[in-house]
Amino acid sequence: MSDQLISRDEIEKAVRGHNADYVEIRFDDTATNRIVYRGQELEEIGRTRGFGGCARALVNGGWGFVSFNRPQDVRARVEEAVAQARHVGTETSVLAPVEPVIDVVPANVKMDPRTISLARKKEIFDGYNAKMLAVDGVTSTNIVYGDAHKRVTFASSEGSYIEQERIDVISRLAATARRNGDMQQASMSLGALNDFSYIDTLDEAADMIANRAVELLNAPYVEPGVYPVVLDPILAGVFCHEAFGHLSESDFVYENDRMKEIMVLGRKFGGKHLNIVDGAAVPDLRGSFKYDDEGTPATKTDLIREGVLVGRLHSRETAGKMGEPPSGNARAIDYRFPPIVRMTNTYIEEGEASFEDLIGDIKLGVYARNWFGGTTSMEMFTFSAGEAFMIRDGKVAELVRPVKLTGNLFTTLENIDGIGRDLDFNQGGGCGKGGQMPLPVSNGSPHIRIQDCVVGER
Amino acid sequence: MTDLNTVLDAARKAGAQQAEAYQVANEETPVKFEANRLKELNSRHTSGVALRVIANGRIGFASSTRPDDVADLVSAAMETAPFGPEAHFDFPKQSEAPAVETFDPATESFAVDDMIAAGQSLIDAVRKVEPELLCDAQLRRLVGEVTLVNSNGANVSYRGSMLMAWLHGSLIRGTDMLFVGDVDAAVSPAVDMARIERTVTWQLEHARDLATMRTAEMPVIFTSSGVAYALVMPLTLAFSGRLVEQGQSPLAGRLGDDVYDARLSVHDDATLPMRPASRPFDDEGVASRRTALIESGTVRSFMYDLQTAGLAKAESTGSAERSLTSQPNISTSSLIIAPGETTFEEMVAGIKEGLIVEDLMGAGQGNVMSGDFSGNVLLGYKIEGGEIVGRVKDTMVAGNVHEALASVSAIGNEARWINGAIHTPPLLFGRMAVSAKAS
Repeated sequence: MSDQLISRDEIEKAVRGHNADYVEIRFDDTATNRIVYRGQELEEIGRTRGFGGCARALVNGGWGFVSFNRPQDVRARVEEAVAQARHVGTETSVLAPVEPVIDVVPANVKMDPRTISLARKKEIFDGYNAKMLAVDGVTSTNIVYGDAHKRVTFASSEGSYIEQERIDVISRLAATARRNGDMQQASMSLGALNDFSYIDTLDEAADMIANRAVELLNAPYVEPGVYPVVLDPILAGVFCHEAFGHLSESDFVYENDRMKEIMVLGRKFGGKHLNIVDGAAVPDLRGSFKYDDEGTPATKTDLIREGVLVGRLHSRETAGKMGEPPSGNARAIDYRFPPIVRMTNTYIEEGEASFEDLIGDIKLGVYARNWFGGTTSMEMFTFSAGEAFMIRDGKVAELVRPVKLTGNLFTTLENIDGIGRDLDFNQGGGCGKGGQMPLPVSNGSPHIRIQDCVVGER
Repeated sequence: MTDLNTVLDAARKAGAQQAEAYQVANEETPVKFEANRLKELNSRHTSGVALRVIANGRIGFASSTRPDDVADLVSAAMETAPFGPEAHFDFPKQSEAPAVETFDPATESFAVDDMIAAGQSLIDAVRKVEPELLCDAQLRRLVGEVTLVNSNGANVSYRGSMLMAWLHGSLIRGTDMLFVGDVDAAVSPAVDMARIERTVTWQLEHARDLATMRTAEMPVIFTSSGVAYALVMPLTLAFSGRLVEQGQSPLAGRLGDDVYDARLSVHDDATLPMRPASRPFDDEGVASRRTALIESGTVRSFMYDLQTAGLAKAESTGSAERSLTSQPNISTSSLIIAPGETTFEEMVAGIKEGLIVEDLMGAGQGNVMSGDFSGNVLLGYKIEGGEIVGRVKDTMVAGNVHEALASVSAIGNEARWINGAIHTPPLLFGRMAVSAKAS
C-alpha cells in the first residue's frame, strides 16, 4: 500500500510474542465522500479520512480489545489488550481452527467513484433533485450519496496477514408531498459494491418516487388486521434478514441453553419449498468479501434447507464452542469495534410460483413493496413497507398508505405458502447490532406469500 | 494533539475567508458481561480533527483521524467548498458560556474493577428474582475533551465524563421470549444501579403471565421508557428548525399556536448540572441554553443551528451536535417533559381494558416526519379492571404523536431519566389504535 502509515513488518512484529492464547491486529484506512440534498439546497458535502487500528487478545476464554488512532502506539495497545483479557479470563479459550492465510485482495472494481469528479457527481444529483421537485405536489426532497473506499489490514498471532480493499457506493432518494397538514414520503435506498455505474441510471426511479409521494396523499390507510400478504423481492429480503437471519447468528445461541433447544439443527421452520442461505462468498454484493474480520475465508452457508434448520452463522469462538465449522461471519464495522457474528448476503432461494400464482386466489390481501426499515427481538419482528396495495379478488387493487408488518418467527416462516421465481437483491440497507451500524449487507428473495400476517397502518 | 490554530492558518492561506476546527479526544472503557458473566474489557482511544471552511460564501468540510495530516485536511475541505451549500452565517465570536458542570474526576478515576463488581452484583440481584434470567450487561466509562476554535476568535474547550450502565435480560420458555432491561447514565460515577434493579424486577413480576389482547381502540399508558422510545423522536423532529424552514414539519407556521394539551410543557436544556447531555456550548461554539419547545400546550420555539438560524432569520438555540466525521446537525440535549399530577397507580386503576407500553419495536420506522408512530409492543402489559394482568404479545400500537399529545388523558406525577438524556413522566392516552393477533 502506497501511503501505509505502518508497515507489514511493524504489524507482524507487534502481533507476536505475547503471553496470550490468541492476538490479532487490524488497521483500517478509509476515505469517504458524502453529498446530501434537502429540498432545493445542497445541504452538505464533505470528505473524511479515517485511519485507526485495534488489537484484540484472548486469554483463558476472556477477551480484551483496544482501539487507537496513533499507529506508533501499536505495541503498547496490544499489551493493554492482553492485560485486559488476562483480567477477564477464567476458563479455557476455544477457537475453531482456521488455516493461517497470507493474501492481498484488491477490490474487484467495475467503476471507481474516485475517478468521477465531484463536479460530475453533483451534476448527476442536481438532475435527480430537479426532476423530483418538478413534480406537482412535491414540497421537498432528500438525497444522500456516499462512497467509501476502505483498506483493511489484518494480522494474527497464528501467522495470518491479509490486506483487503473495497468500495461501497450508497444512495437514497426521497420525496415528500404535503397538502394541508398531511405529509407523505416515498423513498428508495440503493447500494453497490465496487461500482458507481448504477448512480447514473436513476432517472426513472426519481420520477417514480416523486409521483408516488403525491399519490400517497390521496391513498387511504389500510384497515389494520390479519391478511394474506405478498411481498416483493426487496421487502421479502428485509423480512428474511429480520425474521430469520438474526436468529441464525449463533452469538445469541452459543451460551444460551434455552436458545440452543429452540435453534436445534433439524428443527422444522417451514415448508419443503423454503430454502434460506447466507454467504459472503456470493460475489459482488454489498455483503461480499474474501475473508471476514478474523481472517476466516468466506463461505456460503445453508441456514434452512427444505424447511429444516441445517446451519448457522459463526465466529471462530461460537463455532468452536458449538463444535460446528466456522462460517466466516465475524465482522466489525470499523477499527473501533471487535468483530461479532453478522450476516453477509442473506436470501431466500427461488421457488416455482409466478406472481399470478401468488395473488390469484387471494380474495382480500395486501401487496407490500419496498422498505423503510425493520427490526427484530428474535421471536417477534416488524418491518415496514415503502408502499402497499390492496389485493382484491386476485388482482392488485388500490394504493394504500405504507404499512407495517409484524409477526412471530415461529409461525410466520411456517405461513409462507408461496415462493416466486424472480430472485432479486436489496443492496441499499445497512444492518445494526451491538452499536455497530450500518454494516454493509445485502438481502434478497423472490416474491413470497405469507398467510395470516398482522398488518398495521403507518 | 493537533494545534488547531495551525489548521486555521493553513485554511486561510489556502483561500478560506472563515474557518472552524473541531477536535475530539475520547477515552471510552466498556466492561461487557455476556450470559451472566464477565466476557470482555474494551478501551477505545479516539482522536481526530474536523475542519469547516467558508470560501467564496460556500461551506466545505473534511475530517481526519490521521495524525498530523493538516495539509490533506485543508485541501479536502477546500476541494468540497465550491460545491457546498451557501453559508447563511458567520462563525461565532467568543461568547460568554454558562458555567455547566460536565466533568467529574471521580469518574475518570473510577476503577475497572469497581465497574466489574457493580455489573456482577446487578446481575446477581436480578437473578435472585428470576434465576433463569440470562443477562447481558455493560458498564461504560467515557472521558473526553472537545475543543473548538474559529477564525472569528472563538476558542472554547471543555472536558466531559460519563458512566453508563445497562442490563438486558432474556427469559425463554419454549419459543416464548421475554426481554427486560433498563439503562442509566450520569456524569459522576453515581449511576443509579438500584433503579435498574428495581425496574427490571418490576418488569419481571408483571410480565410473568401472558395476557391476550384484542384489536380495538383503547386507553394506552406509555411509561417513561415508552414515551422516550416511541414518542420523543417523532415529536422532537417536528421542532427541528431545518424541517420547519423547509416546510417539512407539521409545525411549520404554527409558532405560538396552542397545538397541544394545555398541561403539556416540554423543554430542551443543555445547561443542567452533571447531566451527560449537558455542555457549556454546542458543537459550533454557541453558548448553551434552556429552550422551551412547548409551554402549556403552546408551540414556543424551534431548535436551530447556525445555518438554519441564518436561513430562518432566527437565532441559533445552541442545538448543533456532531460526531467527528459528520457536520453539525440539530439535536436535543436533555429533553425534559414536565410531570403532571396523576400517579401511575391511579392511571392503571382507572382503566377497564387497556395497554401499557414500555418499549415499541420499530417505532422509528414509517412516516416519522409527519409524527406518525407505530410498532410491535416489545414489552407491554394488559390492564383489565384497573389491574395489570400480564404481558402482551403480537400486539401493535399506532398513532400520530401530535394528535395524541393534543389531548392527553393524564400526565404522570413522577418523571424519570431514560438513557440519561430524556426526563419524562408516563402519559395516558384515552383512545389509541391497538391491533392484536389472537394467539
